Amino acid sequence: MARDLSVRIGTLELPNPLISASGCFGYGLEYEDVTDLSALGGVCVKGLFLTEREGHAPPRIVETPAGMINAIGLQGIGVHRFVKEKLPLLRERGARVFVNVCGTTIDEYAEVTRILTDAGGVAAIELNISCPNIKEGGIQFGCSLLGTGQVVEAVRKVTHLPVIPKLTPNVTDVASFARAAEDAGADAVSLVNTFLALAIDVETRRPTITNVLGGLSGPAIRPIAVRMVWECAREVKIPIIGMGGITNARDALEFILAGATAVQIGTANFVDPFVWGKVLDGIDDYMARHQVERLSDLIGAFDPTPPKVVHR
Amino acid sequence: MPPLDVDATVLENRPLSRDYNVLTLSAGDVGAHTVAGQFVMVRPATMTDTLLRRPFSVFEVLRDAAGTATAISILNKRAGRTTQALYDARVGDRVATLGPLGRAYTPPSTGQEAWMVAGGVGLAPFWTLAMRLVAAGIPTTLIYGARSGAELFYLDFFERLGVRLVLTTEDGSRGEHGRVTLPLDRELAGRDPQSIMVYACGPEPMLEAVAHVATRHHQPCEVSVERTMGCGLGGCYSCVVKVQHGTGTPHYVRSCISGPVFDGAEIVWD
Ligand SMILES: Cc1cc2nc3c(=O)[nH]c(=O)nc-3n(C[C@H](O)[C@H](O)[C@H](O)COP(=O)(O)O)c2cc1C
Repeated sequence: MARDLSVRIGTLELPNPLISASGCFGYGLEYEDVTDLSALGGVCVKGLFLTEREGHAPPRIVETPAGMINAIGLQGIGVHRFVKEKLPLLRERGARVFVNVCGTTIDEYAEVTRILTDAGGVAAIELNISCPNIKEGGIQFGCSLLGTGQVVEAVRKVTHLPVIPKLTPNVTDVASFARAAEDAGADAVSLVNTFLALAIDVETRRPTITNVLGGLSGPAIRPIAVRMVWECAREVKIPIIGMGGITNARDALEFILAGATAVQIGTANFVDPFVWGKVLDGIDDYMARHQVERLSDLIGAFDPTPPKVVHR
Repeated sequence: MPPLDVDATVLENRPLSRDYNVLTLSAGDVGAHTVAGQFVMVRPATMTDTLLRRPFSVFEVLRDAAGTATAISILNKRAGRTTQALYDARVGDRVATLGPLGRAYTPPSTGQEAWMVAGGVGLAPFWTLAMRLVAAGIPTTLIYGARSGAELFYLDFFERLGVRLVLTTEDGSRGEHGRVTLPLDRELAGRDPQSIMVYACGPEPMLEAVAHVATRHHQPCEVSVERTMGCGLGGCYSCVVKVQHGTGTPHYVRSCISGPVFDGAEIVWD
């Protein structure tokens, strides 16, 4: 393959732009039978706090048109067990490990990040300030410009690794949050996390999931996510990692053209765990067809000139 | 054996009743590696507006004269949109079939009998399990309950295999009137502890009742649970079940990779 699919996020070089979305790929190792972890641009693992968490009582998901609502509640093994049990294996497999860091306080974000940095073998820190499913932690920082800046600043002080706050779409002006993150020293931003959502069982008049509210993901959210990536791309200079409903190469290319340097795939990996190779091949085909040598030439190449009227 | 994703074709769709059908899928490679209790994640290609796959036990593994697996079937009960589509599927339709997945049933220890307890569509894992048990020369019983006699399927198959049948129906139209736990409780009475391996699959209240009856009679019991599942591979943490080892703290574990088969005594029922 002569074409160059590599991309850069700060000091980090990825062989291709595809990263597993946090919470949709376990700790990566669950998928090693079906995916070569080193062939992905990056493996972003399930959100981690300092300590283990049980998450919400099931049912935790419900399927909705072209999407799903989840309220897992960040069940996880905590950073200490992750460093001991998972990180060495991920490193051995050659994965570029992105860790989705959670916290109930600013100090917790910094502490989890410090532990991961000291452990070595982590490629980047993604700050989950956008999980809509838990009361304490995350979203209250992500919904405040001040909070977003404070978390990024605190984490910036304890690590040399790329710091990538993950933005919530549940705000009026997502680009202002990208700016706040950039101003506070973030190396990149990722977006979107899920949209706060509700599905009601009309027969019982009850919620469909235990947590009542959850986060909507999947193709249903894609056009909104693409719009938000485009808005952020016009506002900041740092790289953007785009996601929301990507199922194939065209979807991924929409995000890249809108200004994303890399993309994450979440829900589509549930439907097809072999999605990665298909998307990569599709991007490569597109580049061949459009005579593009370097994928980086496509980043932000969206041309907002109105489309031509098609006469039939 | 890593799971395979087969773009399978529907080879046969056999209705069993108004709600049940058996769908044969050209996924022999999946069948070749399936151990009783494992499942597949399927998605009919005709579904455009639903996204996620649905878990199904591998029901039958069909083989040619040389013994090579050529297809699998699933036992389907119409309930939601995907199961409706699978009920209506036509020969030649495509169904993405990912598997085999999950933890299989543990074989009985030496000297133990095997009692399979099925409720409704919970019959699904017991075709393959019965084949395995009978092939190993283990005395095998099927205690099988349904809403009515018309929904007790494949009785001939199990009889021919030499499986002892105990039937119950909720309307009394065939076998004993009531639930499977009635004959189970009665027949376990007086049996030596640890002499019968009980396998259960069916609605969760039934699994809970069966696990309690087995424990009360000091018999080991494995249950196969069905929780709302997202991916089948451990990626999403949707399908969790609360499990307690000994006197430890109960934890949510993923039923797709730590199950779907669990030690009945370890599940903390809701
Ligand atoms: C089941 C599930 C669990 C998730 N868990 C996390 C998580 O732990 N941390 C996080 O930042 N995002 C989490 N997300 C959000 C995804 O990473 C992603 O932002 C979102 O699903 C949109 O992408 P998609 O449409 O490709 O799934 C989760 C999403 C799903 C569906």
